Amino acid sequence: MSMIKNLISGTNFDHTNLNALQKVTLRAVVMSFLFYGLVAAEGMIMRMVQMGPTNPLPEMFAHPDHYFSIMTVHPIVGIFGSTYQLVFAAFMFLVPFLTKKPLYSVKLANYVWGLITLGTVLAWLAAFFWQYAPLYTLYWPLPADTAQFNALGGIVFILGVALIMLGTLGFIYNIYATIFQKVGVHANKTTKELLISGFGIDGMLNLWHKLTGRTPYSKEPALALPVVAIFRGTVDTFLDAIVILGAGILILVYLLFDLGGHPLDVASIDALLYKNYFWWGLDLVADGLVLIYVAGSWYLLATLITGQKLFMENVARAALMLELLVSWMVWSHHLLADQGQPEMMKLISGEMVTAFELLTQGLALFITLVTLWKARPLKMTMELKYLLGGLVGFGLAVPAAIIQADMGMNRVLHNTQWIIGAHVHIALIVGLYMTLYSAVYVLWPIVTNNTKLYSAKLSNAHFWLHLLGGIGMGAFMGMAGLEGMLRRHLYVDGEFNTWMILAAISGTMLLVAWFLFLLNIVMSVGIKGLVGIFLPAKDPTASYGIEPETIAQNHKE
Amino acid sequence: MTFTNSAELLSFHWMAYTIYSALIISVIVWFGYNLTREEKAKSIVRIPFYTYMGFLVAMGVGHHIFTYNTIPWVSQDITRHNIAPDATYTFEVEDHKWINMPKKVEVQCGQTIEFDVRSRDLVYGFGLFRQDGSMVMQMQVNPGTDVNGILDPNDILWTFNHNGVFDVISTEYSGPDAYDEHTGKDLMFVKNFVEVVGCKPEGGKI
Repeated sequence: MSMIKNLISGTNFDHTNLNALQKVTLRAVVMSFLFYGLVAAEGMIMRMVQMGPTNPLPEMFAHPDHYFSIMTVHPIVGIFGSTYQLVFAAFMFLVPFLTKKPLYSVKLANYVWGLITLGTVLAWLAAFFWQYAPLYTLYWPLPADTAQFNALGGIVFILGVALIMLGTLGFIYNIYATIFQKVGVHANKTTKELLISGFGIDGMLNLWHKLTGRTPYSKEPALALPVVAIFRGTVDTFLDAIVILGAGILILVYLLFDLGGHPLDVASIDALLYKNYFWWGLDLVADGLVLIYVAGSWYLLATLITGQKLFMENVARAALMLELLVSWMVWSHHLLADQGQPEMMKLISGEMVTAFELLTQGLALFITLVTLWKARPLKMTMELKYLLGGLVGFGLAVPAAIIQADMGMNRVLHNTQWIIGAHVHIALIVGLYMTLYSAVYVLWPIVTNNTKLYSAKLSNAHFWLHLLGGIGMGAFMGMAGLEGMLRRHLYVDGEFNTWMILAAISGTMLLVAWFLFLLNIVMSVGIKGLVGIFLPAKDPTASYGIEPETIAQNHKE
Repeated sequence: MTFTNSAELLSFHWMAYTIYSALIISVIVWFGYNLTREEKAKSIVRIPFYTYMGFLVAMGVGHHIFTYNTIPWVSQDITRHNIAPDATYTFEVEDHKWINMPKKVEVQCGQTIEFDVRSRDLVYGFGLFRQDGSMVMQMQVNPGTDVNGILDPNDILWTFNHNGVFDVISTEYSGPDAYDEHTGKDLMFVKNFVEVVGCKPEGGKI
């Protein structure tokens, strides 16, 4: 009876007491975790197909058009539908929370999650109904190859991705408009001061002043360090959105002309040049915003968990600037197997600058660990557990990336399951998601007005299943890659059966972990509460922890 | 120390990365355990900040120096346009079919072979694989032409130091038409394309 009561009404969650900022945050979080479930199911389908004839799935899943359409939408749903939504939700809550200012526009925040959700659904439908399957790489001229794909499916897919990018631009605008608002603690700050702080120049100047024996340039930086990370990472988010939109427009033009009976010549676009352009933008997600956002999240979580100041804060501020510059110059590591790519670009961009990521991410790891260490003894809370899990994830995935970003290693690792398993999936599932789960546990009482979590046992089960499942899946896929298994290839005879069965078992652990997490959340907020999150907020406040009068007064000023 | 083929390299890599993984997981577990203890843990080793940063730089740069000096195909690839191969095989690919591809390439141990693959339509890959499925080498095959309409080359030099029979797989996805619609079989797969003879069992010329 109690379970039914929890399922319907939750523990002590009351959606009517949530303000507009809390509600819009929770809406995006709900959508993110629903998409996470979808992407986990897609991953499991692909893993099982690769098991060969012994797999229990209906035969249609092994048909190439079906299989590769799943592979096409898997990263779209995972990266944009789930990860982007969760990160954007967290940051649109955190920036007002940390700057003690209201979010620039709750309405725009609602458009953001709405557009990303709609865009993801459209892209998914394009793959489901039309089997549009050029993969997320969109290597030219495959996305415009209407001999293999239905042009209408392509148009729907591109429109979906375009909507996601428009939502992304909405997020970017909201973040910067909030940061540059001259209200609250920033009422007397100039745009220049906020820019200097946002780019971490104050951190660099503080270090320089210290080295030259002068007083600090700024004792109290205008922006908190996590906000600086969000500021910097969002620069890459913007550039990435522009590149993806640009590629989308190009593909759309070709598809529309084809549909109109006047196909354009695909050879007009140089495939290698396009690859450079596209990877420059796409890599800003992997090696730019993710690493910068993650470093900022670690710093925030370490300070919130310990209640102490971050160790070496000025160095951390300066390093975020370095990470931004590094992220613009590393894309060639995706083109080490392209023989037409100039050798110097492979050497400098692909190898040497990429190696700097070991330095920047290693620094973030060091600062986070020392901050935690100096505050010991600490209680092993869920947020601390997940943070340590996130550190393990990147501790495994970043060196894996540096290893494969090498002209010798890449010759035998490029496009294998090693890349997508040992590097990408460990970075995303273990590194990024465990960091995000830590943030979820830290923010849970704030965003839900101290709602009691239904079960600590479920939280623990989720943690261990997710951690072991994530590492296991990445490791077994990676081992298959070392034995020659390709990542964008269909194996129907169970050629790498043993590794795929082990990866599927690990994937099942991830899927079960997600279900337990969702169950815990639903039992905490109840179905009524879940529905209530999507109802309009009675309290239009767009901030948390600030007196509404203060905001109103500041707005008047 | 020199790796004479990818099998040796990947075995070494497997072992080194597994040891590293065990190490980093152990460090975080030890760290997490000691974070919660009332009694202060004794540091096993004190690592000064600049030593740590120096270590990261050394690892990031040293890794490439190590591979450059131990993996023979790195320098060979960079200077390939100045190396005269023992034989060159140029062929094309269009509509998921290899065109003018030799039926079989026979290689004497130690020979350096150039493969120049040109695409008329999509991005493909060209990879050689052993009978156990492991990869010998691979490259991307990009389409494109020069100003005279001649297809752009995608060339790779490879020196074979071990006996074996190698299959060809397109290592880049080029759409579902590369596979049989019903069975899912790879239509671009070429069985027994390269055969290397004349090497000692452990590799190298007899």
